[in-house]
Amino acid sequence: MLKKLFNWLDERLGLTSIYNVVLDRKVPKVNWFFTLGSASLFLFLMQGVTGILLTVYYVPTPDHAYDSIQYIMNGVTFGWLIRGIHHWGATLMVLVVFLHMLRTFYFGAYKYPREITWLTGVILLLSTLGMGFTGYLLPWNQRSYWATTVGTEIPGTVPFFGQFLTNVLRGGSDLSALTLSRFFSVHIWFLPAVILGTIGIHLYLIIRIGISHIPDKDD
Amino acid sequence: MSKSPNLNRREFVTLVSTVVGSVMTAIVGIPAIGYILSPSLRTKKTDAWIPLGKLENYPVNQPTLFTFTRSITTGWEKTVNSYGVFVVRKSDTEIEVLSNVCTHLSCRVNWNEEKQEYICPCHDGRFNIDGKVDSGPPPRPLDQYEYKIENGDLFIHLKES
Repeated sequence: MLKKLFNWLDERLGLTSIYNVVLDRKVPKVNWFFTLGSASLFLFLMQGVTGILLTVYYVPTPDHAYDSIQYIMNGVTFGWLIRGIHHWGATLMVLVVFLHMLRTFYFGAYKYPREITWLTGVILLLSTLGMGFTGYLLPWNQRSYWATTVGTEIPGTVPFFGQFLTNVLRGGSDLSALTLSRFFSVHIWFLPAVILGTIGIHLYLIIRIGISHIPDKDD
Repeated sequence: MSKSPNLNRREFVTLVSTVVGSVMTAIVGIPAIGYILSPSLRTKKTDAWIPLGKLENYPVNQPTLFTFTRSITTGWEKTVNSYGVFVVRKSDTEIEVLSNVCTHLSCRVNWNEEKQEYICPCHDGRFNIDGKVDSGPPPRPLDQYEYKIENGDLFIHLKES
């Protein structure tokens, strides 16, 4: 019965050929360093799921942001767990994505024909850092407030239009409700959209070209 | 080569992936259910006697609206809920205290002096002076509050669960 159902779906969706192309690929002999990309993807999905759950209670306004997080931590069943995973997952994701970049660099995996995979990877690394930067403000506590004050001050040192950059980031000359809401928006809409699209290209290229082998003496 | 009774490499990897995947899904998935549902399952408990002032202030046979507010904390916000009750004094000691919440879909009813009816503005539900349904969609009479009179002061029992 199940077999029949599967065959019916397979005939229409091509599940077997998707499996063959995506998962049953030929891979060279590799080691554990080659799992860092999958680990990054897993962490991204985890951040996505827990992040969606956090928006159920989080409110991105200065008068309620802090209290709503206190409520998540103390008032909601398992709120501490969902936020804890998101909090630690964020740090872990920056670390893992960075290690993934180092592996690609040291193994020379960015070379022909994988330059575009590398370039999309650069976008993904920077977007991950952007997620960290924007997410840091959202708890709206002393640490996040002053960290963002400093972080948005840094582009201000750019000659001629530095002040303009700072004001664009802050949505005005000071940190305000506008800063919080635009950071929130970038954190849950703009950057996730960029990351999702770029992951699509990144994975397509990996499936299309295959992964590189560990460089040996002849390389 | 006959099939080995032990797991082969592929079977082992499939098994480990399935088990680890299920465990991780459960670690996030099961708490997520509690996370989403917990505030909905929390019951607020109100059990208080609300003072409505001197009984003699309420005219006989004339439904009089008394309003009061109570503040509650929901999630991260303190909100003020408004309540309205109609006090109908039948005689010197006998009274009725009716909720102004329509039993149809919870709109607030008003007393219409001319028609001598409580009329709900939403779907034209009508109740007589004792709260019995005259016409319209309401399924049952207006709710009554338990009351007590102490030293000429009227109190009603506000109970919510």
